[in-house]
Amino acid sequence: MAGKISIEKRILFENDKLAEQIRQKLMAKKIVSLNLVSSPGSGKTSLLEKTLAGLGNKLNFALIAGDVQTENDANRLAKAGAKIVRPIVTGGACHLDARMVSRVLDELSLDGVDLLFIENVGNLVCPSNFDLGEDMKVVLISTTEGDDKPLKYPSMFRRSAAMVINKIDLMGFSDFDLSRVKENALKINGNLRIFELSCRTGQGLQSWFDWLLMLVAQAKV
Amino acid sequence: MHELVLAESIVDTVTKEIQNRQPAKLVAVFVRIGALTEIVPDALQFGFESLIIDTPLAGAELKIERVPIKGKCKSCGHQFEIEEFLFICPQCYSSDIAMTQGDELEISHLEIE
Repeated sequence: MAGKISIEKRILFENDKLAEQIRQKLMAKKIVSLNLVSSPGSGKTSLLEKTLAGLGNKLNFALIAGDVQTENDANRLAKAGAKIVRPIVTGGACHLDARMVSRVLDELSLDGVDLLFIENVGNLVCPSNFDLGEDMKVVLISTTEGDDKPLKYPSMFRRSAAMVINKIDLMGFSDFDLSRVKENALKINGNLRIFELSCRTGQGLQSWFDWLLMLVAQAKV
Repeated sequence: MHELVLAESIVDTVTKEIQNRQPAKLVAVFVRIGALTEIVPDALQFGFESLIIDTPLAGAELKIERVPIKGKCKSCGHQFEIEEFLFICPQCYSSDIAMTQGDELEISHLEIE
């Protein structure tokens, strides 16, 4: 029986199916979910620590911290006051997938949670193709990196709804050009919402907080 | 590195598909990969070839069709191919562009004999 068999299926259909189940579950509970992605060392965990410190008395957070090895990030976040924080150690895998997230969420009671952060593995390539069921991706970049990062990793910047530029207190110590990075990112994604801040000094954090509060308020309507 | 994960997923899907069609022999698997996925075709190919050694799929070819990114301008409606990830309308310079293709990660069909 020689011939052609039509398949027409997404390669990651199992991941995508689970991601959709996660999305439905979170939507039903009116929880905003953000998938935080960046290179290693841009400050994902620091941003979450500051967010917990700044909004911990207004919002209930759940955090999932992905790492290739160690539970260090999750431990830092627990110390920062997160009541619900779970590590995912991928054991070498370069990204989180929906199955890993789904397993963790199944064990959690999400009642009363306003905002779920999923801190992805530090990697600007691989996590981009794996839907985790989040409302949106937030990509983080810092001023100690190259300002051409959006051009080097266009997929991630295209798929993200917001870009956080961290470590702006260190500007001037490198050749990082703030206007160039924004220009590069907006060429790829004209609708990208941009935040400029420093987790170390606290500069610019308030507008990030305001945005999160707005997202939560919108989800409750 | 996640090309291997994709290759595994392709092999799983195809294995299930041809199980019910013995003694058909698989000749080729056709996949569509959009440019936005940043998948490296060589790495996907290598992963696929490594995984099918000594399996019922052995000898099958992976045929990769690269799908370019296309967009539609939300301001003026112009449709165009996006080169070098520049999501800007060449007609009215708007950056509010809807993607119409280029995000594919799909198995389209199999060839058997």
